[in-house]
Amino acid sequence: MLRSILNRLLGMIVVMALVVTIVFVIVRVTPGDPAAVMLGPEATAADIAALRSKLGLDGSILEQFVRYILDVVQGDFGQSIFLGEPVATALAQRAEPTFFLTVFSLVIATLIALPVGILSAYKRGSVFDQAATTVAMFAASVPSFWLGLLFIQFFAVKLGWFDTSGYGGPGASFADRLDHLVLPALALGLVSSALITRFTRASMLDVLNDDYVRTARSKGMSEWRVVLKHAFRNALIPILTVIGLTAALLISGAVVTETVFGLPGVGSLVVSAVLRRDYPVIQGALLVIAGLYVLVNFAIDMLYLVVDPRVRY
Amino acid sequence: MAVISVPLQAEPNMLSRLMRRPTAAVGIAVLMIIVLAAILAPVIAPYAPTKLSIASRLHPPSLDHLFGTDDLGRDILTRMLYAARTSLTVGFAVVIFASIIGVVLGLTSGFFRTLDAPVSRLIDAMMAFPDILLAIALVAALGATAVNVVVALGVVYAPRLARVVRASTLVIRELPYVEAARALGVPTPVILVRHVLRNVTSPLLVQGTFIFANAILAEAGLSFLGVGISPDIPTWGTMIATGRQYMDQAGWIMMFPGAAIVVTVLSLQLVGDGLRDLLDPRLAKDI
Repeated sequence: MLRSILNRLLGMIVVMALVVTIVFVIVRVTPGDPAAVMLGPEATAADIAALRSKLGLDGSILEQFVRYILDVVQGDFGQSIFLGEPVATALAQRAEPTFFLTVFSLVIATLIALPVGILSAYKRGSVFDQAATTVAMFAASVPSFWLGLLFIQFFAVKLGWFDTSGYGGPGASFADRLDHLVLPALALGLVSSALITRFTRASMLDVLNDDYVRTARSKGMSEWRVVLKHAFRNALIPILTVIGLTAALLISGAVVTETVFGLPGVGSLVVSAVLRRDYPVIQGALLVIAGLYVLVNFAIDMLYLVVDPRVRY
Repeated sequence: MAVISVPLQAEPNMLSRLMRRPTAAVGIAVLMIIVLAAILAPVIAPYAPTKLSIASRLHPPSLDHLFGTDDLGRDILTRMLYAARTSLTVGFAVVIFASIIGVVLGLTSGFFRTLDAPVSRLIDAMMAFPDILLAIALVAALGATAVNVVVALGVVYAPRLARVVRASTLVIRELPYVEAARALGVPTPVILVRHVLRNVTSPLLVQGTFIFANAILAEAGLSFLGVGISPDIPTWGTMIATGRQYMDQAGWIMMFPGAAIVVTVLSLQLVGDGLRDLLDPRLAKDI
């Protein structure tokens, strides 16, 4: 067990180092000089040189890389050019809406997907199964930002149940802020439920015909117990994997959904940073989100160890 | 999950076998209509895509303008047809570009044991970035042009294809005919291309179809955010972005391009599902 944990930990550190390297490379593939691009055609050579040093673009590539790694390890993601504050601060201030949006969407997606997927597999080939499969495929084809706009048009503009955008303004109560997350989380959760539904169904079908399920049935166990305890538990590993994967997809969806709903989260921060060519913010956000993804995956791998004692790394 | 298929050549009659599956047949038919409409856009479009008409601003759908007009009086149907060209071209180019990178990475990591660990970790690291976010960053770094959108999305989706190719390569590497070829002294590059690559085409085709669908969604997202292809070129994403500003007075502006995305992506998924069932009988009964 300990060996497995250490093996995975080592793997995670390697991937993390590669993630940092990729982020470092991305900004440096910009054709021409990012500092000159950011400052526009009227900048003086001195201005450009100053910005280059601020961006960590002075010195040899190797020097830049070493400096970057040292900064990142210390939690220093640089200064935002436009906001005039450290990137880490900007990200921390914007983390709340993104975090809640992702979590709520994941909860909504899972709450829809698990029962539908299990029932679809159990009643394979039935009208319910066919309908669920069709709806899931349809949901996977809808752009989340478009669904969000339709929701705004119907629930916010027509029915007036929710505000059309924003996060309740400064000093808004927690309940008010949550109210602003209902529509975006629904839009994102519905779209994301498709993948989990399909995997739950497939993974349940895999185990429902296994010997131990038949044995459990022949012992006279109730169908509920057979399906939920014996089958579901064994189908859980691929389901957990896809839930983890969906969490990552949700962050991607959050980038666009936040912009649609005017939520002041990390996603809208990145989009505005791109429009303002605020490279340190883009770099920092990429690093934090990819880093989180690696950590979440590590946590899921650890969960496997708990769920399935046979798993070893 | 690794998609390991029974090595099966793409047969000449594959299309007809695919057409025998009702859902896949619907997907192919709809897709063909969309492709034809895109190709014939200059012929069948009722107006010119950039024809401004202040007099007919924000007209609701009518016989003159089947899908209505936008804020500049441009015909929505016309622009949608031209946007289909962009979306399909970008999506297809992404699949080709991602396949090239994916095949090279997947073959090398699957075939050469020493390269497996480093290449696989690189793939893991690339998969850690959410697709839209990585694409946004890459387009921001490279510059917002159609070609760079293709490059960015290609880099984003290549690791997924690499994983599929690697998984199949790992299986094929151990098969007797590869061993036989090796024993006969066939050079490694020839083995890779003739014996391995040919047999990974099925899973590649299946995954490629799904990536086509994803790339269309992602491109629409980038254009919607205004960080993708230049807004002068009509795309479904930018049309929705325009429609968003006129949501309460002219809902049709964003309605029709969104529906076009759904229909296109749905057809691609139906075709992808059909292909998977056809080329991978083992998975067919499960998913």
